[in-house]
Amino acid sequence: MGSHGIKDRVAIVGMGCTPFGEHWNKGTDDLLIDASEATFASAGIKKEDVDAYWLGTAMSGMSGMALARPLQLHDKPVTHVENFCATASEALRNAAYSVASGAYDVAMAIGVEKVKDSGYQGLVGAAKTPTDGTGRTLTAAAMFAMCSPGYGKKYGLDDDQMREVLARIAQKNHYNGARNPRAQFRKEISMETIVNAPLMAGGLGVYDCSGVADGSAGAIIVRAEDALEYTDKPIYIKALSLVAGNCSGNADPEYDYTTFPEIAATGRDAYAQAGITNPREQLAMAEVHDCFTTAELLIYEDLQFAERGTAWKEVLDGTFELEGALPVNPDGGLKSFGHPVGASGLRMVFEAWLQLRGEAPPERTIAHADRGLALTHNLGGYPGEMVSFVSIVGNELG
Amino acid sequence: MRGIISAGGYVPFRRLQRAEIAKTFGSGGGKGTRSVASYDEDTTTMGVEAARLALRSAPEGIAPDALWFSTASPAYLDKNNASTVHAALRLDTDVAAFDFGGALRSGVGALRTALEGASNTVLLVTSDQRGGLPTSGDESATGDGAGALLVGDDSKGPVIAEYLGGASTTEEFIERWRTPGSTRSRAWEERFGEVKYGPLVDQAWNAALKSAELAPEKVSKVIVTGMHARAARSIGAKLGTAKEALADDRSTTVGNTGSAHAALLLADTLESAAPGRVIALVVLADGADVMLFRTTDAITAYAPARTVASQIEGASDLPYGKFLGWRGEAKLEPPRRPEPDRISASVSGRTEEWKYAFVGSRDRSSGELHMPPARVSRVGDTVDDMAPAPMSDAQGTIALLTIDRIAYSPSPPVAFAVVDWDGGGRLPVELTDVDAATLKMGDRVEMTFRKLFTSDEIHNYFWKARPVRG
Repeated sequence: MGSHGIKDRVAIVGMGCTPFGEHWNKGTDDLLIDASEATFASAGIKKEDVDAYWLGTAMSGMSGMALARPLQLHDKPVTHVENFCATASEALRNAAYSVASGAYDVAMAIGVEKVKDSGYQGLVGAAKTPTDGTGRTLTAAAMFAMCSPGYGKKYGLDDDQMREVLARIAQKNHYNGARNPRAQFRKEISMETIVNAPLMAGGLGVYDCSGVADGSAGAIIVRAEDALEYTDKPIYIKALSLVAGNCSGNADPEYDYTTFPEIAATGRDAYAQAGITNPREQLAMAEVHDCFTTAELLIYEDLQFAERGTAWKEVLDGTFELEGALPVNPDGGLKSFGHPVGASGLRMVFEAWLQLRGEAPPERTIAHADRGLALTHNLGGYPGEMVSFVSIVGNELG
Repeated sequence: MRGIISAGGYVPFRRLQRAEIAKTFGSGGGKGTRSVASYDEDTTTMGVEAARLALRSAPEGIAPDALWFSTASPAYLDKNNASTVHAALRLDTDVAAFDFGGALRSGVGALRTALEGASNTVLLVTSDQRGGLPTSGDESATGDGAGALLVGDDSKGPVIAEYLGGASTTEEFIERWRTPGSTRSRAWEERFGEVKYGPLVDQAWNAALKSAELAPEKVSKVIVTGMHARAARSIGAKLGTAKEALADDRSTTVGNTGSAHAALLLADTLESAAPGRVIALVVLADGADVMLFRTTDAITAYAPARTVASQIEGASDLPYGKFLGWRGEAKLEPPRRPEPDRISASVSGRTEEWKYAFVGSRDRSSGELHMPPARVSRVGDTVDDMAPAPMSDAQGTIALLTIDRIAYSPSPPVAFAVVDWDGGGRLPVELTDVDAATLKMGDRVEMTFRKLFTSDEIHNYFWKARPVRG
């Protein structure tokens, strides 16, 4: 028994990512075609060269045929995966394992979501399992809102201090997103605007919540030893970790909404797989799941970017900004990109791909790209009951 | 001896100031307040609340053999509403549950039948939600509420009010009417009803006194109620009882709760009655029904779980606009979220204990509480080693709370709390009967049976938390 990982056994040799946003004129099929064409081109291959596909979508299609039909894949294995908001990461994870196992030479992971056709603001979900009507109806915003009083109470921050810390996180991500042509929102937002925005749930205002967008992103995975046949700058997979929570947090009186145990567990597992002992100093950057500003604050501590109870100070000190000690969400995060559920995980890896290959535009170049390692973190669910995924990728073997 | 073992009156938390009606429309309204069922209450849920109070007020170990539910405003036709109350009370499967529905008279009819036509222990639950078009007399004079009475023999438990006898009179006349599906009642001009009710009450009153071998002056409390307020008032003054014997009909605070009002007022009266007193109940509803009771020594030890008086005290005003929205008299913009799907009958059937009676499970090894009930323990991982954990009477403390302004609700915003139960365990639950601005962590809460939403004409009942009051 053990989680051994597949460090340096597979590499990403091509990636593509559509702009994220309100694609009123593009459907799921269009987004898949756009992202896959960009991904194939990036790797210098054609669709026939891919031996197996993993499609991630949570609410825009069912079965592998949701990809095989629009791309017209002939006699190819296509697996549809879903794991809440970590769906795209799950596609990457399974595609990577398929290559590492030796079953396939070339695999593609692609994620997509078309959420703007629902007619409602926010995510409305897809699964229509018959129920007894007793399930919680609270929105994700309200659940993540509880982390703010929870954190403030534990570490002695009053409402105004919490407000400032959370607003700084939103401001940072929008600052980065303003420098990213693929982002949905490409505008810096002032602290004043963030603080005075209408409340959505609890103390969370509009700018504490990620937006809703359509989008798609893909990656081509090959064995590490074959990587240089496709690109001279492959990105090697160092760690892939996933935990599906047992949903006990909201039933546990000890749980205080200041940590996400599933995230802490994936962090520990991923660091062990990658051989990382000091993430704050070894990682060049991290893309984390900032569905709400409270989530990003707690993630800093769960992923050991900051000591328990100190992340709020680090936020105020600018630690996680582009020029900081450990840039987090240099691409603008979910805050700037919106959150096409089945695509976000691969969008995060796309930023690591750009930054570690030195292809990010100069206006959002990170301070310590030379460290050569990037982390992506993707969660699905709520405080107390979530799926968490962490990947670590690097631009060198070893 | 047969009579009343315990009683429970339920008055919803919200009040409408009648003066607000005239302020809005220039007419209607009046003085005082009326009770208002919350948007998540109906006659079934209010009946559950009254029944829970009656059972909690009864001596330990007394279980009803039958549940009778009566209302003139049923949540369902065809489907038995008493079965829902039965499930919420977690009564045994072999306890019969029957609806006595339709007419305003059905509530008092069920009571007299329980007293005279049955020999088992009957939990009689009456509930009603009354109203009318904006500015109508019914809109302001009526109220919402429920009354429950546990009726039985003293061989089963101490009877606090012995039934002495009663009488009924019946005559066909068109005084107040409503057809199925209509939300407003119509009434003939007042004098006609007053003239018709006078002789009917006289006849029943005299017959009842005669059967109990009592003179009117021996009656120390007389409850007179009926939707025809003018007739009830004038008749109450002519019964030959002492003036101070007339019970407060709660018309200035609660309003007339229709088919529930007789049991509600009887519960209210018993809560402050001394032993050895004769109480008369006089009900006007397409005829007259009179029932006579004498309180017993057992009433001195009777401790009502929550009095009607305390519920009248602990109320909170509801803005008139909100009232009109809740009643469907004003169409308000719904939240821009998808409406919930109808619930599954088969899933609800499998989870009846959880959904209707709020029963979780407790791991026998670790003692860990699981809500909803689980087969595999979260602590220790034992499989299928759980005992039922009834939690509907549990109280807890708010550990964290949040106001959700974007979640779907028939009356947004939604207040949600993470509740830590006394004795261990935790559950995030929706709050009701709260003013969001006054909520805080550390507040004490208890559970109440509510209707979450209705979809495809299926009501989705479940439990919410409300602040502990009174």
